[in-house]
Amino acid sequence: MSTAVAPQPPVADDTVIERTVLADRSRSWWHLPATLTVLALAAMVFFGLRAKAGASTTFGLAEKAALNPGKIIPETVTVPTGPATIVLTALCLAIAAFFWWAQWANVALRPLVRIGLLALFALLWVLGFLTWASAGSETMSIGSLLQTTIVLAVPLAFGAQAGVLSERSGVINMAIEGQLLFGAFGAALVSSLVGGALGPWAGLVAAPLMALVIGALLALFAVGYQVQQIIVGVVLNVFAVGLTSFFFGTVMRQNPERFNTASVLPHWRIPILADLPVIGRVLFDQNILVYLMWIIVAALTVAMFRTRWGLRVRAVGEHPRAADTVGIDVNRTRWTNVLLGSAVAGLGGATLTIGTNVAFGEDMSAGKGYIALAAMILGRYHPAGALAAALLFAFADATQLKLSAVSAGGGGIPSDVLLMLPYIVTLFAVAGVVGRVRVPAADGVPYVKQ
Amino acid sequence: MKLELRGIRKVFGTFVANDDIDLVVEPGEIHALLGENGAGKSTLMNVLYGLYRPDGGEILLDGAPASFSGPGDAMAAGIGMVHQHFMLVPVFTVAENVVLGHEPTAGGMLDLAAARRLVREISERFGFELDPDAVVEDLPVGAQQRVEIIKALSRKAEVLVLDEPTAVLTPHETDELMAIMRQLQAEGTSIVFITHKLREVKAVADRITVIRRGRVVGSADPSADQTELASLMVGRSVALELDKAPAAPGDVALEVSGLTVADAAGVQLLDDVSFEVRRGEILGVAGVQGNGQTELSEALLGLQAQVRGSIRLDGRELVGCTTKQILDAGVGFVPEDRTHDALVGDFTVAENLVLDQYDRAPFGSRIALRLAAIRANATRRVEEFDVRTSSIEQSVGSLSGGNQQKVVMARALGRDLSLFIASQPTRGVDVGSIEFLHRRIIAERDKGTPVVIVSTELDEISQLSDRIAVMYRGRILGIVPGDEDRDVLGLMMAGYTAEAAREAVAGGARTTDTQLADEGEIA
Amino acid sequence: MSAAPSASAPAEGAAAPAGTGLLGGGAPADAPASERSLADRIVRGDVLVVVLAFVFAFLIGSALIIVADEDVRAAAGYFFARPQDTLGAAWTAITEAYAAMFRGAIFDYQARTPARAIKPLTETLTIATPLIIAACGMAVGFRAGLFNIGGTGQLITGAMAAAYIGFTVDLPPVLHLLVALVAGVAAGAIWGGIAGFLKARFGANEVITTIMLNWIAVNGLNYALKTTAFTGANKSQPVSPAVADTAALPQILGPQFRLHLGIVFAIGAIVFLWWLMNRSAIGFRFRAVGSNPRAAEVAGIDVGRSAIGVMVTAGALVGLAGAVHLLGTEHKLTGGIAGSVGFDAITVALLGRSGPIGILLAGLLFAALGTGGRFMETTQGVPLDLVQVIQALVVLFIAAPPLVRSLVGLGGVDRPGTARKRRARRRTEATDVATAEATAAEPSATTGSTAVAETDAEDTTPAAPAARPAEGENA
Repeated sequence: MSTAVAPQPPVADDTVIERTVLADRSRSWWHLPATLTVLALAAMVFFGLRAKAGASTTFGLAEKAALNPGKIIPETVTVPTGPATIVLTALCLAIAAFFWWAQWANVALRPLVRIGLLALFALLWVLGFLTWASAGSETMSIGSLLQTTIVLAVPLAFGAQAGVLSERSGVINMAIEGQLLFGAFGAALVSSLVGGALGPWAGLVAAPLMALVIGALLALFAVGYQVQQIIVGVVLNVFAVGLTSFFFGTVMRQNPERFNTASVLPHWRIPILADLPVIGRVLFDQNILVYLMWIIVAALTVAMFRTRWGLRVRAVGEHPRAADTVGIDVNRTRWTNVLLGSAVAGLGGATLTIGTNVAFGEDMSAGKGYIALAAMILGRYHPAGALAAALLFAFADATQLKLSAVSAGGGGIPSDVLLMLPYIVTLFAVAGVVGRVRVPAADGVPYVKQ
Repeated sequence: MKLELRGIRKVFGTFVANDDIDLVVEPGEIHALLGENGAGKSTLMNVLYGLYRPDGGEILLDGAPASFSGPGDAMAAGIGMVHQHFMLVPVFTVAENVVLGHEPTAGGMLDLAAARRLVREISERFGFELDPDAVVEDLPVGAQQRVEIIKALSRKAEVLVLDEPTAVLTPHETDELMAIMRQLQAEGTSIVFITHKLREVKAVADRITVIRRGRVVGSADPSADQTELASLMVGRSVALELDKAPAAPGDVALEVSGLTVADAAGVQLLDDVSFEVRRGEILGVAGVQGNGQTELSEALLGLQAQVRGSIRLDGRELVGCTTKQILDAGVGFVPEDRTHDALVGDFTVAENLVLDQYDRAPFGSRIALRLAAIRANATRRVEEFDVRTSSIEQSVGSLSGGNQQKVVMARALGRDLSLFIASQPTRGVDVGSIEFLHRRIIAERDKGTPVVIVSTELDEISQLSDRIAVMYRGRILGIVPGDEDRDVLGLMMAGYTAEAAREAVAGGARTTDTQLADEGEIA
Repeated sequence: MSAAPSASAPAEGAAAPAGTGLLGGGAPADAPASERSLADRIVRGDVLVVVLAFVFAFLIGSALIIVADEDVRAAAGYFFARPQDTLGAAWTAITEAYAAMFRGAIFDYQARTPARAIKPLTETLTIATPLIIAACGMAVGFRAGLFNIGGTGQLITGAMAAAYIGFTVDLPPVLHLLVALVAGVAAGAIWGGIAGFLKARFGANEVITTIMLNWIAVNGLNYALKTTAFTGANKSQPVSPAVADTAALPQILGPQFRLHLGIVFAIGAIVFLWWLMNRSAIGFRFRAVGSNPRAAEVAGIDVGRSAIGVMVTAGALVGLAGAVHLLGTEHKLTGGIAGSVGFDAITVALLGRSGPIGILLAGLLFAALGTGGRFMETTQGVPLDLVQVIQALVVLFIAAPPLVRSLVGLGGVDRPGTARKRRARRRTEATDVATAEATAAEPSATTGSTAVAETDAEDTTPAAPAARPAEGENA
């Protein structure tokens, strides 16, 4: 051992490395404020300034809510279309201006503030849009818009949670679509086989079990045989569409009463709370699947970030070899998570049939699995984020549905164009407008012990 | 705990990585496992740690046979390992990394408070200053290594395997690590210390086992003669010195001034770096890994995005040029990580040899490739650089590391250059090839090409360089002559300025290396 | 296919380490495989795996036919009384279905006229045409390490542009056709290019962007078919007018067959793919970036521009497929113009291992299954979807050769120690992605011990086959 005295080095310090941060802003600092400005200005010009003079918009708020003492919240609100839209978009511009300042001055905003402001921007923008689009027509019921949003969000949210479960452990789940479809199929089939009041409940059990089939195949090929995961996912989706359509076209068509009758899970109305205005019915008068969605998201958030299980899953998804060296079985973890995920997605599939009183139809998931995947990425692989993104997509879809019903002559935007909106939003989102998404480092990389 | 390995054999395909290896580690002993890169040391330890299953032989702990089906079993049996490439999850905190796999829980939830306590407890015992809540990827490598040690100790390891622990450390940090090893030893922990650095072995080990080509070729006491150990390790007597004629520097060809590089987040990686290189001269860039050398070589090649300052090659400004333009200006480049940065693994040898010239005469045009010219070039280069390959159509990924490196060097040196830059030109290459590659570099210098060699191996720098620039935390601390005292270089790598280092050395400070050298044990 | 790591060239993962995120496990690019001789493939057992994959897929298909067949289920009701009824009914159902498939796809031996008899074959070729062209586009992406899932969108935009030129513009015969085709190619290229641009400029994952672009295209098409610009005078129906005769691809076997000149374009696309990937400088760049983007960058290749180039090329080919499909087969633009060609092209490219010959064969095969399946649906009442299931199963089985071999009891070759030599070579290749992944995670542990250990082994025996860690206990 060295007996020599090592003098304290003049510039060395072993514990802390100070890094000089350049005063420069990052080169893409203007992306976000510029995008916001363009959006706000476009809304102001198109929705505000081009609104018909004298037109007005009526929103339905607390419609026939029992728990609205003294009508604190009015049943309907009518605003002059042009001025209201201009005010809303002006507020949007103000937020954009704030971001110009914050980004230019390199102010580090707390994540919550940043996300909150962006959410506020989105809310104002959408309100502006709604004001313009439903001008002069019948009442635009906010409650019913939110109700539709929830119904549409449930399958997406379940699918996105499936994605989170699987990808946090390092397996890309492109097969959400197939899992939804199998879930929907299983729920419809079993619920009509069992029949009666018990039918939907049997379907509720069958859906995740059925989706497990796709999950097991995904795990078998992706984890067991290390096949490229995106490819397995895409092919499994083809397989799921083919198989369910095959049975739909044969067995179900030959005897629809027995194999494919519509049935529905009962709504559970939570007393008093369900009578709250605007949000009462949306939050507290739903079927079990909706409540399950909230519970699963909450449970998964806690489990993923606060428990031993979650720590291990994330370790497997980030650095499988490190996990292996501390005795965590990487591939078993991945198997379990893929299976768990597919079961969750199966519940989402159940929403499509027994959640909404619809019989199974060919390819009825219609791309929802892919949207769920996008929601998961947009939600940054976080259960709550994924739920938020799912709600966003569902809201766009619900708006489209409402507007095509309400505004025959109003805004006059074709529903097809509205239908594109969520996809365009996603394009912008993945292009980094909302910041870089950190993907689990080992996502998609098979793990092989030597 | 007494650890005994008997007749361990491990085969990969047709290649025997470990062949009938015996090893006994007494309780409280620091046992050095000495061998060249690729001698089979890490394989052996991975067998011990349950990561690989042995194809033969047995492991005995305190005389009782043990069999590990995974690292979990090995840990349970009291074996801990600090991997050469840290097994830490970069986005986790120190506490999370330490408890991963044996997490304390409270009421079903992760008990991070207990985890923090555990980290603090062990840190205090060894005088580490570690924040349990720091995210590992933000820590310097030395600190990350301590996290690894804490991780092993928190599992009550009685045998601790350190796999090439000094590769990423400064001489000063190395000394500290050795102190920690002594302390562990005093507490009764046995240590297996894997290294290929003779000096460290001599400084700290109680017993030495030398491994070559998967076999134990001898064992020795630390008092054994250094040259003897060296020849045991490499299998023949080694000429540690390289014959080279003194440089005949011409006029200045490369002029770097005020070069500053930042990453995407604005963190400064290179800070106001200035130097110049003359024709026919080799400038060595020394420093511990991660002090800006990578960024420097990348900036020279136009691979860094946020660059300020100036790089002039033969009077032409290179900052702002694309990599292609810089390569076209006659810069030959050997990146430090060949599999990641230099070679396309599933391309053939021939394709890799023209990777940066495929669309230029004579190998092709903007439209099409000229396969005949590409093949002819490959045949010539393979012969010239003695690349051992069954065919020029073999994929480069299936070659051995040394042969891959020859392909990279052959590509970079295969044309007339105005500047040659090589990072870690001989990393992971066997001794014979190192000598060959060094000669090629000197030959290039003697052709009148300015040469920049970046290496973390002090030996390599000393052998090749006509002048040495030492980098520390993104800065050049000083440029010293090629025959500068090793002590001075060692201290500069730890952050001393050249003057301070010389003063300290004159005042008697020295690192472990030279202390031994003074005792006449280093050839 | 790259999905099968076995065919991927060695150390692919090392070249593209974990950092490549979604693309991590190994890109489908696989130049050496496509260049291997057929004989070599047979020796290496690839053909055996392919054959077995089909056998298994059709066996599972048979099981589905049985389950779905009413006669079988009726007979199964008294299975224990008269099992032969069930088995007989099952046999009839299966043989009739597969016979119908053959008659519908290749040669109708029950047809009255020779023309009728060969019509199925011409139908197969007609269906194969856009499939092969689009698969060539997909292959460009796969070989360059980009997962272009956007076939549907690129196909739609290509078809829309071609249709628009086809029924609005008035031009002389040959020129009109050319302009329409070019428009289709350009539209597909732009649609693909958007994803490439987003990838290059913002690092946006191309899997997501191409999926989003698919939906935008689908909705855009639906919207367009409600506007007079696309429907002409007839605004009530979401169908465009037929393209002018001057813009239609001529039928090459006369009016009784649908086969058109597009088949020449399909062959052209195959040749182009071969030239692009094996002989051109651009293809060299694409492949280099696909296999190891970082090394490509260091070698002076602009990775971002390459990504755009790849997606533009891929989009252009898929757009051509859309244009050819519209101008040759459909003539009218409808909401369902793309059908499942966009996704089928992915599977064809995968099945064909992104190589020219492979795509040609896989495209013909898929088309045959499709046309045969349609005939089976009309004559036997077995839904066309069965074909989709079989196709998916084939791809899955081929992607996992060890699974197929273990199903026929050849699993032994996948375990070390019992392997014959050429199996050993194959197996070691199969694990390369994995090994390389290990290398990526732990560069020097492998470089330092195993890989460099090879240094010694190889440097002493130059001609030794690549020694690489064997598969070990991963199964």
